[in-house]
Amino acid sequence: MTSERQSFFRNRWLPWLLIAPQLAIVVIFFFWPAGQALYQSVLSEDAFGTSVQFVGLENFVRLWNDPGYLASFNTTALFSSLVASLGLSVSLLLAVMANRVVRGALFYRTLLIWPYAVAPVVAGVLWTFMFAPSVGIVSAALRHWGLDWNHLLNPRHAMALIVMAAVWKQISYNFLFFLAGLQSIPPSLIEAAAIDGAGPWRRFWTIVFPLLSPTAFFLLVVNVIYAFFDTFAIVDAVTRGGPGQETSILVYKVYFDGFKALDLGGSAAQSVILMAIVIGLTVVQFRFIERRVQY
Amino acid sequence: MAMVENRRFLTVLTHFGLLLGVLIVGFPLYVTVIASTQTAQDIVQNAPMSLWPGSHFWENYQTALWGGQSEYGSRIAPALPMLGISLASAMIIAIGKILISLLSAFAIVYFRFPLRSFVFWMIFVTLMLPVEVRIGPTYEVVANFGLIDTMTGLTLPLIASATATFLFRQFFLTVPDELLEAARIDGASPMQFFRDHLLPLSATSMAALFVIQFIYGWNQYLWPLLMTTNESMYPIVLGIKRMLSGGDAANEWNVVMATAILATLPPAAVVLLMQKWFVRGLVDTEK
Repeated sequence: MTSERQSFFRNRWLPWLLIAPQLAIVVIFFFWPAGQALYQSVLSEDAFGTSVQFVGLENFVRLWNDPGYLASFNTTALFSSLVASLGLSVSLLLAVMANRVVRGALFYRTLLIWPYAVAPVVAGVLWTFMFAPSVGIVSAALRHWGLDWNHLLNPRHAMALIVMAAVWKQISYNFLFFLAGLQSIPPSLIEAAAIDGAGPWRRFWTIVFPLLSPTAFFLLVVNVIYAFFDTFAIVDAVTRGGPGQETSILVYKVYFDGFKALDLGGSAAQSVILMAIVIGLTVVQFRFIERRVQY
Repeated sequence: MAMVENRRFLTVLTHFGLLLGVLIVGFPLYVTVIASTQTAQDIVQNAPMSLWPGSHFWENYQTALWGGQSEYGSRIAPALPMLGISLASAMIIAIGKILISLLSAFAIVYFRFPLRSFVFWMIFVTLMLPVEVRIGPTYEVVANFGLIDTMTGLTLPLIASATATFLFRQFFLTVPDELLEAARIDGASPMQFFRDHLLPLSATSMAALFVIQFIYGWNQYLWPLLMTTNESMYPIVLGIKRMLSGGDAANEWNVVMATAILATLPPAAVVLLMQKWFVRGLVDTEK
């Protein structure tokens, strides 16, 4: 990959003019607020906004000692590992099957990618409807089979429901990447193994799966980021963090504490922690991509 | 892939598995469509609802689009203006992102200026600052500019795009130097070169990015939730959430489901009609 051109235009002000719109947005709406979040995270403001004082790391210490915040960390960890593991395995299975068929491949692909277009909040509404305790069609079926489904009262049911909605929405994305990964594996490798007498099952685990592991790792990071940050709307539509606080993932909590409970310092400290998490995840992702490009 | 061996049983099993997958993935959509053809009473009082289409398709979609009284007497807000807000904001966000990213990438690749790599880095780092991690302060900035409940407030803060800038930069780097030399000999100015040579070459990348960014814009939820206080500025995804206030049995599920379909049709149409570019764009932007 070349990162420089050999020839270019000479002009003093034109490049700045060209880049100005994007730069202005980036500075005003990204860097300034991020700086503000850092700044506010070391301040404490009373509920009326009349007095502000510097409190150092107190907001962070308070979070650290807040069982609710630690619980939210655990909830997020559970939620994102369920979303990532289920989402990856289901879509890998679908991609392997779709890669195998000759007839109808486009048909299957088309019918598997459309959930990508569904807004997270709409996904939340759809799944809420199917599982609504008193009127839902799936909850009725579950009751028929002896499971009294109620995600409004039962924390496990609530978690299961947001996981299902989040996985459902993300399957298309994972599926397309796995399919692209599978299609880039040279058929000659598979044929050679087949000639050596390896059956489809063995070929998958000894040849296909190792070659897919870069894609799988990439998708793992993307899915964790998705579960951390892009599922706010699903949680808001399905459980609003409830029952109690049992599905209040970090992003939901930062919103709730900042805009509903009006704890600005605490919310800013949470923002800073989330920023650290997303920076960490992005660095992992790019480290990895760089390596893949080199080899 | 050329079939390595012909195992009829395995092929049948594969088709069976795929059909099952398609059905499970499609089931929520099916239930939604069916519910949108029934009455609220069919759904609530005769629960579980029938899985056969009802005969109230037009009424429900009319109520959803133009608003009206619910069967329980509460007011249903019209979805049509909200669809308009969604369409306008998604178009502004998608086109805005593509436009400013094209210009930035052009500046970064085709010019030498001080702080060039620093500027690129600044744009790139925005990847690590999603709205979710800076909601409070970003809200304050927009409020200070007086942009609450405006189209500018809904779209402008979302228009920066590290992925699009990065993609165009990668693409421009592959454009041969000879093209620039030839344009120079013809006496073309930088902007002429950009318009006559780079833009046409970028058409495919632009189409691919458009699909991704349109859906990104259409599906925004948290940002409009903070940014709008007035129903006349609600995008449809916000409107639909607001319809779910009555609790399980008191929701106008038939109209909610009709609205869900209306909210999903435009982005789904973009994905399905532009499937080729969408698949390319998705895989490219993440590379």
